[in-house]
Amino acid sequence: MSKRISLFILLSLLVPLYAIAASPTSSIREYTLKNGMKALLVEDHKTPLVTLQVWYKVGSVDEPIGKTGMSHLLEHMMFKGTPRYGSKEFSSIIQRNGGTDNAYTTREYTVYFQSIASDRAGIPISLESDRMSNLLLDPREIVSERSVVMEERRMRYEDDPQNLLHEEVTAMAFNAHPYRWPVIGWMSDIASIEREQLYPYYKKYYSPDNAFIVIAGDITPDTVLPQLEKSFGTIPRAEAPRPEASTKEQKQQGEKRVIMKKEAVELPYILIAYHVPPFPHKDNYALDVLSSILSGGKSSRLYRDLVYEKRMAISAFTDYSSFYRDPFLFVLGATAAPGKEIETVEKELYAEIRGIAGEPPSDREVQKAKNNIEASFIFAQDSNYMKAQYAGMFEMMGGWRLMDAYLEGIKKVTPAEVQAVAKRYFSDDNKTVGILLPLEKQ
Amino acid sequence: MANRGIERKKSSAGIAKLAGFLVLMVCGMLPAGASALDIKKHEAQNGTVVLQVERHNLPVVMVTLLLTASPLDEPPGKAGVAYLTSQLLTEGTARRSAADISEEIDFLGASLDTSTTSDFTTLSLSVLKKDVEKGFDLFADILLNPAFKEEELVRKKELIKGALRQKEEDPSFVAERAFIKEVFGSHPYGRLVEGSIESVEGITRGDVAAFYRRHYLPGNAILSVVGDLTPQELDLLMGKYLAGWQGKYPAGGAAAVSSEARYPRYHGMKTVIIDKDVTQANIVFGNVAISRENPDYYAASVMNYILGGGGFASRLMRVVRDERGLTYGISSAFIANKEPGQFEVGVQTKNESAGAVIEEILKQIGRIQTEPVTDQELADAKAYLTGSFPRRIETSRKIADFLTAVQFYHLGDDYIEKYPGYINGVTKEDVLRVAKKYLTPENSVLVIVGNKALLHLPQFQLPQDVQQLRSRELPRS
Repeated sequence: MSKRISLFILLSLLVPLYAIAASPTSSIREYTLKNGMKALLVEDHKTPLVTLQVWYKVGSVDEPIGKTGMSHLLEHMMFKGTPRYGSKEFSSIIQRNGGTDNAYTTREYTVYFQSIASDRAGIPISLESDRMSNLLLDPREIVSERSVVMEERRMRYEDDPQNLLHEEVTAMAFNAHPYRWPVIGWMSDIASIEREQLYPYYKKYYSPDNAFIVIAGDITPDTVLPQLEKSFGTIPRAEAPRPEASTKEQKQQGEKRVIMKKEAVELPYILIAYHVPPFPHKDNYALDVLSSILSGGKSSRLYRDLVYEKRMAISAFTDYSSFYRDPFLFVLGATAAPGKEIETVEKELYAEIRGIAGEPPSDREVQKAKNNIEASFIFAQDSNYMKAQYAGMFEMMGGWRLMDAYLEGIKKVTPAEVQAVAKRYFSDDNKTVGILLPLEKQ
Repeated sequence: MANRGIERKKSSAGIAKLAGFLVLMVCGMLPAGASALDIKKHEAQNGTVVLQVERHNLPVVMVTLLLTASPLDEPPGKAGVAYLTSQLLTEGTARRSAADISEEIDFLGASLDTSTTSDFTTLSLSVLKKDVEKGFDLFADILLNPAFKEEELVRKKELIKGALRQKEEDPSFVAERAFIKEVFGSHPYGRLVEGSIESVEGITRGDVAAFYRRHYLPGNAILSVVGDLTPQELDLLMGKYLAGWQGKYPAGGAAAVSSEARYPRYHGMKTVIIDKDVTQANIVFGNVAISRENPDYYAASVMNYILGGGGFASRLMRVVRDERGLTYGISSAFIANKEPGQFEVGVQTKNESAGAVIEEILKQIGRIQTEPVTDQELADAKAYLTGSFPRRIETSRKIADFLTAVQFYHLGDDYIEKYPGYINGVTKEDVLRVAKKYLTPENSVLVIVGNKALLHLPQFQLPQDVQQLRSRELPRS
């Protein structure tokens, strides 16, 4: 039932190296509205459709301790009305026009989006600009929406042992950095968030100087820019630039380990997380290629060895994105096959890492990873949503033009560099291990 | 970063709204004629229906092959053989090992996937134009020459059984499985496409090979090809790679007894409570409803959008989530298959509020069965269903899958043009009529997976008016 958006985002980070197409950024145009707000336009006239995304530079890293989950609750509240449009009218109007809309929150940003017929692009533009500055945040609605989010938390975490382990491992991997709490927030924090915290938070971060617009699809600057000026362009700036996170995570001083036992668990499950640097560190490219070599498709090393040949796991994966402002995590994981010990699986995962650290991958493996990244990018270009997503991701990381540098970086990765990053980051002192085990029913 | 193709779990905190809405209606609900496609259709010499749309916006080619091979075709005692057969296609052919196939596909950055639904199996290829020849070669090889090696069969059975074990951790999976079992009984729709741990165990190499021989035949197949490929190029590829594929199984070989006669009937709500140590009750409620070819499908689509299919525009979402804060998501759907599928409402709520949510569902069903919907509701539902069509065929992949389903369910070559008319022709009276006819709490199934000690369920009152009303009508045939 949940829209697994994070996977979506993950897929969207793939990279073009395509010889035929011009630079992937060639269809992106940047405009600045009169209040300084940035808008990126990606024209594509193949179908009479358009996707609008509004990206706010605020996420769970910006929350104060004790009020975790505030960014995400605010995202929910963005659907609960302004003086002009009542609660949930936003979605009703979009749907009445054949469109769809949704939103998601991450550790570092919050995105709202609509897809709709291109001759109706003015509708989401007008609705989005309205809620950027006129949100009601009715206290009664906050109380009701808090309980909705608590139900969401129960569904996603409390009753999902593997997700709960992800949450524990991330929390344990960071001593100090705000990455340690979940985007959805801790249950007791969610229950305690009131209008008196939400309203100033909204006023501080939801402003044209802390957000940007991406529009992809069947639009032209001539028609859409006047609409943007009239709506977003008239909203005053907050002049409250987002502060840098002052807390930096110190170097990890030794292995950490959590073992979680639950009655609901059928098969043991493991996660191994290593701290790695964020984009645009030079090692990101090799880490991306490494991630693909380890777990891109059924010919990848983890599937081939753990699942296919040794039959000790029913699934094995990596989870890595460099798109963070501060160092985040490179995760390896697996679900044990019935009757197999998780210790065996863990040892095998280390053997895979030693395999790469001890000997560079073959040229063909590196090329395969690059081909995969390239092709995934090209496939994604068929969708307005994905095009907007690419532009937005890179803009969030410092500027959409970085996409070109990123692609170049991937293209240049050598087998020796892949070996080097495996040696550099996959050390015992830098790892946090989480293990999920069945608890014998009493 | 991106690792395609391997099953994985990912925490995805922070999605405000839920998506699931409009997963209703398996195939088909793909409206409106604003951007009609130029579809070329012909029957190949081997009997396969071929549908093609040229799109040259990107150098990619998307292929979907639909085979009439599903649980509906499985011999007694062999639940899961359709799924297992499709899963084994990519695990080795006469001249390629499983490792060869995955290595070749992954090196192209392409994907070659199989999937089995309640009604059919599909084989999908997504490939860059420059690699289309290699892609077709692989596609045809796995389709025509699967080896079904014993060793691969054993391996795949272990993986399927393992995945079924792991899914037991998910209460919504447990609820849905129990629900279809009660609704459909021994009919194939009453079980998982994957089969069960026990049934999979009993499938042999001979079963798989026999199923393949009988059901992987071109005379019962539909092929769609969308993207950067001309009809001439497609002809050449088919001539080169699929010419040797021949055969058709006789029509009318399906069940002699109508499906509905095989479905169980209940007097009242058949209630199943599965006790688990969970914080939320997972609730599924519903009944046998309609097939995809039922002419009431469109009226049911409109009615369902208003009741619980329309996301935040639906009554159930508005009342249960927005007004009462009792859930993150509630939705209803008609699963309209080849044979009559189910209407169902799905929701999660903390154990303590399960009773209140079920009462609200029954109340809303009673309301839509007795009061006409408002003009605004009707207009909104029609506007969404017709207006959202172009998004449903935005990409070449979506078009390829859409075309095979339209053909399979006999929706007509002019379906895209006609859809808006089907929807716009629905009246308030139709909505009321289909609500009365296809929502049947008096013959329904309620499944709750939750912490039994905390549930506190009241005695549920079925919608009285409708019961009385129905008692004056002739029983359903």
